[in-house]
Amino acid sequence: MEQPSPAGESEELTDSEESVYSGLEDSGSDSTSAGEEEEEEDPEEGPGGSSPPRTHAAPGAKGAPRKSKILADDSSLKENEGLLAQNEYEHDSSDEEDIRNTVGNIPMEWYQDFPHIGYNLDGKKIYKPIRSKDELDMFLEKMENPDYWRTVQDKMTGADIKLTDEQVELVHRLQKGQFGDVHFNPYEPAIDFFTHEVMIHPVTNRPADKRSFIPSLIEKEKVSKLVHAIKMGWIKPRKPKDDTPTYYDLWAHEDPNSILGRHKMHVPAPKMKLPGHEESYNPPPEYLLSEEERLAWEQQDAAERKLNFVPQQFRCLRAVPAYARFIHERFERCLDLYLCPRQRKMRVNVDPEDLIPKLPKPRDLQPFPTSQALVYRGHTSLVRCLSISPSGQWLVSGSDDGTVRFWEVCTARCMKTLPMGGVVKSVAWNPNPTICLVAVCVEQSVLLINPCLGDKLLYGATDQLLEAYAAPEEERVQPVRWAPASAEERARGIRLLVHHDKAVKQVTWHGKGDYFASVVADNGSRQVLIHQSSKRWSQSPFRKSRGLVQRVLFHPLRPYFFVATQRYVRVYNLLKQELTKKLMTNCKWVSSMAVHPAGDNIICGSYDSKLAWFDLDLSTRPYQLLRHHKKALRSVAFHRHYPLFASASDDGTVIVCHGMVYNDLLKNPLLVPVKVLKGHAVTLDLGVLDVLFHPTQPWVFSSGADGTIRLYT
Amino acid sequence: MGGLEKKKYERGSATNYITRNRARKKLQLSLPDFRRLCILKGIYPHEPKHKKKVNKGSTAPRTFYLLKDIKFLLHEPIVNKFREYKVFVRKLRKAYGKGEWGTVDRLKDNKPTYKLDHIVKERYPTFVDALRDLDDALSMCFLFSTFPRTGKCHVQTIQLCRRLAVEFLNYVIASRSLRKVFLSIKGIYYQAEVLGQPITWITPYAFAHDHPTDVDYRVMATFTEFYTTLLGFVNFRLYHSLNLLYPPKIDGQADVELKPAEGKEYAMDSESYLEKLSALSASLARVVATTPEDEVEMDEFPVEGETAEQMDSRKKEQEALEKHKNLFEGLRFFLNREVPREPLAFVIRCFGGQVSWDKSLCIGATYDVSDPSITHQIVDRPRVQQQVVGRYYLQPQWVFDSVNAKLCLPVADYFPGMLLPPHLSPFVTEQEGDYIPPEKLKLLAMQRGENPDEESEEEEEEEEEEDDNNKEEEEEEEEEDESEKEEEVKLKKMEEQKTQSNKALPVKVTAGKLRVEDRQRLEQEQQSEEKRLAIMMMKKREKYLYKKIMFGKKRKVREANKLAAKRKAHDTAVKEEKKKSKKARRA
Repeated sequence: MEQPSPAGESEELTDSEESVYSGLEDSGSDSTSAGEEEEEEDPEEGPGGSSPPRTHAAPGAKGAPRKSKILADDSSLKENEGLLAQNEYEHDSSDEEDIRNTVGNIPMEWYQDFPHIGYNLDGKKIYKPIRSKDELDMFLEKMENPDYWRTVQDKMTGADIKLTDEQVELVHRLQKGQFGDVHFNPYEPAIDFFTHEVMIHPVTNRPADKRSFIPSLIEKEKVSKLVHAIKMGWIKPRKPKDDTPTYYDLWAHEDPNSILGRHKMHVPAPKMKLPGHEESYNPPPEYLLSEEERLAWEQQDAAERKLNFVPQQFRCLRAVPAYARFIHERFERCLDLYLCPRQRKMRVNVDPEDLIPKLPKPRDLQPFPTSQALVYRGHTSLVRCLSISPSGQWLVSGSDDGTVRFWEVCTARCMKTLPMGGVVKSVAWNPNPTICLVAVCVEQSVLLINPCLGDKLLYGATDQLLEAYAAPEEERVQPVRWAPASAEERARGIRLLVHHDKAVKQVTWHGKGDYFASVVADNGSRQVLIHQSSKRWSQSPFRKSRGLVQRVLFHPLRPYFFVATQRYVRVYNLLKQELTKKLMTNCKWVSSMAVHPAGDNIICGSYDSKLAWFDLDLSTRPYQLLRHHKKALRSVAFHRHYPLFASASDDGTVIVCHGMVYNDLLKNPLLVPVKVLKGHAVTLDLGVLDVLFHPTQPWVFSSGADGTIRLYT
Repeated sequence: MGGLEKKKYERGSATNYITRNRARKKLQLSLPDFRRLCILKGIYPHEPKHKKKVNKGSTAPRTFYLLKDIKFLLHEPIVNKFREYKVFVRKLRKAYGKGEWGTVDRLKDNKPTYKLDHIVKERYPTFVDALRDLDDALSMCFLFSTFPRTGKCHVQTIQLCRRLAVEFLNYVIASRSLRKVFLSIKGIYYQAEVLGQPITWITPYAFAHDHPTDVDYRVMATFTEFYTTLLGFVNFRLYHSLNLLYPPKIDGQADVELKPAEGKEYAMDSESYLEKLSALSASLARVVATTPEDEVEMDEFPVEGETAEQMDSRKKEQEALEKHKNLFEGLRFFLNREVPREPLAFVIRCFGGQVSWDKSLCIGATYDVSDPSITHQIVDRPRVQQQVVGRYYLQPQWVFDSVNAKLCLPVADYFPGMLLPPHLSPFVTEQEGDYIPPEKLKLLAMQRGENPDEESEEEEEEEEEEDDNNKEEEEEEEEEDESEKEEEVKLKKMEEQKTQSNKALPVKVTAGKLRVEDRQRLEQEQQSEEKRLAIMMMKKREKYLYKKIMFGKKRKVREANKLAAKRKAHDTAVKEEKKKSKKARRA
């Protein structure tokens, strides 16, 4: 067990040697706080390998290693130390400082209530020394024992220890705040190792190495490498001066085909606008702004101005001042160049004449009505409706003044005036040439009138036909009430009255002249009624209302029935009693409808000034949507023989169009407007209310809000 | 069904564009650096065709760059230089802060610099491309060269701009390529034709600038940086195309003349050289001295398919151009000190005239006021105290107007103190239907070789003699707007017809004549109606376009009419005044 001790000593020696410098430094600063120093010193000891020779747990015991450390050269203490170490190593290995009690570093008061104070190495209890001493004994001992003051109790063992003189001395010194070591002089003269004075002798007396006398090989190698690289021109000693001239022929080898990839999308900046006359310092007088123009210019937003300066006139060049916004304008140009998004805009460079479609000349599409021939005056209010006899000799018109007038077409003479006692909404002449009968809508009833015009045989036969009616045996429930006219009414020509529940809007005849349909201004399912005049029988064909019915029409040839609601036109098959087609008009509100005499084409006029031409064979959408009129369309009409149709509008015009329908199914109809007929004066925002073609001639009648009917031929 | 899910905005135009912020992040540049890069490389935002598609459904206003452009910026060597410069600045600031002056010097020695040569070459692959884009470069250089040497930007930049601008002016003089000049209220516009490319630039009037505060001079400086590089290379190439030395040297013979006689140094040599050059009074030295005989007649190669007429017209044009170039040949000008020297000297020298000024005004004066050979003296004062016989005293506008008119205008209108005729813009080429000021009409007539001056004078005299009624009629006749005239005639005719019909005197009216007129009118009406009907049948989109075009046309006509009416009112007012003054004189 002797061996480790010198080893530990030698280690300590080296340790102390190393720490000479540090210890000296410490001496100056830490002389006052020894307690602190102890704690600082502690970690240093650990790595040193020497275990602290602690025999006592008392605070004073810590002084010992410190002593040994600082004053390693002190021989007497070293011996003492050696002794202590020996004692310790005798007992046990170095890593346990006091192994009599194994409880560890715990507060000992935990064992206060126990008879033992801990456990020894073998796990046996260490019993507290029997303390029979009470207060009195303590006092007696204090009084009697002269060493009582230097006796302390070891908490770990519970034994009393008497401190030696040295230990007491150490405690005193520490209490005074002095160094634990007696021999240590804190006020030794400082040796200035690194002074400002240049010493002639080295600090150490070590002879210089050989290598300090011979040139370094490594360095030589490095330098030679660099020199070689410089020689070879691999590296330049300093940054080479750029000796190429600032400007040279940059485009010496220009390749016109070298276009960068991005240049496909490149949009060159537009050039600045070149100045006009108004920018001159002495412009022609007309370019100077007048007072109002100047005011307008000043009130305009800067971005909206057409000129960004006010034209000015100076008498001579000498008087021209600097332009204040010159730098601004340059700057704005710069901003435009790098900030303004560019886009290639295709300029439509078309001759406006080319845009106009090439249509056949109207002259080649004759005949069509071109000029106003006759004016039928007599009505005092707006003329709502027109109808013409199948022979084309007579014209009937209904007006808001409550009368129906019969005119002779060729002379414009009013043949008859029938006061109706209400606004006449619709008139319809029976299309059957063998019957002379006119249906008139007045308020809630439809009146069948025999105008007694023309061939006497004809209208006599009509009367007979009506009188031949024999009432059926059993009364059938009808939506309307049929009533024969009274004697007074008969004298006026009225033959039959069909009383409806509500006001009647429109009446229209079937082509054969027996059936007619009426439209009631109602929202229910009984809007449309179909009547048979010979049997005096009516029926309501629809079970359900599908919107406000605007207009109804019979197909001229087949058993179809057209019903125009606000936005759609429905085509019903009367025989099969089913819906055949539903046409979308693309209009907001249909006002009128007409069927081509061949029955395959329909035109619809609407209040949003559109005219839709439907080809029933083609599609349910309009074949063409014509926006010829400026205002709402009131009426449309087809000619029975000529390929003509006309539309009347609130803007006071009637537009006659050529509408050729070909028999070849592959050929689409040709629509060409041929004439704009003006004549009617616009009153109360209403222009032409009804339009009608002559059955045989290319003539067109129009009735207007100004109370006139006009014939164009 | 299968197939990959197609995600929105992952193909098509959305992937072709990139917003500015994203571009900046991709390039890892600060906004100022990005701006600089965009300016130098000529990258600009694009307006996508479908903004919403590109903006991923959002309608927020954003600027978009082409992704290709940004990728193109990615491997630009200048970007690295920017970064190096940033580091340099940081180091320098640190060195300054520590007061390490040695380091500061060393750092400054190794200051990272960059050149823009490759960018110029890249942006303008051919020389003609560069010439096409020279307008802004020149205007900017001329503006910067007038800046004061303090504050706004580096003195070197200003000096460089001045040098390059002067070099360019000298080139224009040497090549005689100036075509048009215009004195505007903003500055002086010049247009030169270099290698067939018209180049227009504007110079401010020579006054101190009132520097605005809301202008970012850094942006302008970056532009100028690029423009100076471009202009330098262009100048080099232009000088070499004329066999001139670059950097320019004043012709040896002229150089001797320019030396101050007293032996006193005017200024430092380097400075005075630029000043001598900028005096624009001496011709430049050539690499190979040319003699007038050297100029070879251009051979003519008849182009296939070109008729003799076209050839003739081309020849004529060539001759006219030659004549225009030598407009002031043989004339000697003297500039008074109150007229702007540089523009006038430049313009006169561009057209072959000789020019001088007072010795004390500027360096480079070649002859004195008292020189008897002076033909024109440019004066901008109401009256001249001592007049020398044998020379015209003219206002400066005469020079500019003559250049624009391509002929020496009659001098009578330009004497000192006279009310000058309007100065018209040479850049306006009136199309049919545009308003043409009467002065321009006069000028055009003069160019055709007529002499409208005398006529108009005669007219005026006649007018004055005649009664008021006649005058009005004449004025009507004078009116330029042909269409209006026609309309009036038409109206008159119609009125006549109406009166005739109203009178209902069929005895006097010859039926045949009436019918003829009617037929014409009818035909016109019919045609117009046909047109109207056809317009009705146009498709919606075409109709919209048609209406827009027609609206533009109508507006143009309206504006022209307005100008004409204004002019008419002005003329009548002036005439009234004249008359009054005449009457007053008589009385």
